[in-house]
Amino acid sequence: MSFDVHEYYSKLNGGDVLVAFKGSITTDLINNILEEIEEKMEGANEQARIRKKVYNVLVESLQNLYHHVEELPEKLKDDFDSKFGILVVSRENEAYKISTGNFISSEKIKFLKDKIDKINSLSKEELKDMYKFILNHQKLSAKGGGGLGLVDIARKTGNKLEYTFQHYQDDYYFFNLDVFISEENQNKT
Amino acid sequence: MEPISFEGTPKTPTVKFDAGTGIIEIKGRSIPENSIEFYKPLVDWLEEYAKGPLEKTTVNIQLEYFNTSSSKCILDVFKKLEAIHKAKNEVIINWHYEEDDEDMLEAGEDYESIIRVPFKMIEIVE
Repeated sequence: MSFDVHEYYSKLNGGDVLVAFKGSITTDLINNILEEIEEKMEGANEQARIRKKVYNVLVESLQNLYHHVEELPEKLKDDFDSKFGILVVSRENEAYKISTGNFISSEKIKFLKDKIDKINSLSKEELKDMYKFILNHQKLSAKGGGGLGLVDIARKTGNKLEYTFQHYQDDYYFFNLDVFISEENQNKT
Repeated sequence: MEPISFEGTPKTPTVKFDAGTGIIEIKGRSIPENSIEFYKPLVDWLEEYAKGPLEKTTVNIQLEYFNTSSSKCILDVFKKLEAIHKAKNEVIINWHYEEDDEDMLEAGEDYESIIRVPFKMIEIVE
């Protein structure tokens, strides 16, 4: 049975949700979400440094989606917008949780999985070195992505990146990434 | 040389580059999806300026947020400044960060460790 994206989204959207979206990931959408989250967090009286972290990580998460969502094959387009992605920002156990999801073709899974596993295996100091190495040695892609987004997210949150790849149909999988910004992790050096 | 003066937007910073005073400023937010387009004129301007820079160039960076796409472009800006410094001109980069914003301080320290130009870390206390 194929993975039920809509049910999955409904579950994510069930808790203490600040922002939730499913559909085409466009520049306008990114702008609207960023504006909305900024207003909500200012209203919620959150500490400035947590607010900034959430905002920063959200920018990277959304832009990762924007740069990496694939044009879906014709038969998936009946059910989904062509640049389909999901985003849910919620509060869970004293942390902010940013969940993103998008379709991915099977041949790209290994590269992404290896990258995340590598990032998750590194210490804070090693992540800093990896960030600086990529910053200094890799060129930006034509789309403006730099291969730094996930490393930056891991550095800023201090938490492991949690992910799943769920089979949808044929060569298509649904990639879900959860990142957590927890309050007790802050200030540790 | 014509100065550069861009007003900030919700996704791009306020920019003021002035060859007459040797003061270069980038302030605000830098989170465009594609930063190359935004930064290219700045890098080009510095390349031109590097041909006859003032004795002292002062760089003020005061960013509230920047994304990873911008981080590479900011490095390109700093590399142009490094070349000016290497040619025996005084260059100082004042990296401002808000009180408690350790991520922004760390970002400045990352650049400081890559670029051979004196940095000054300045904490903004409200």
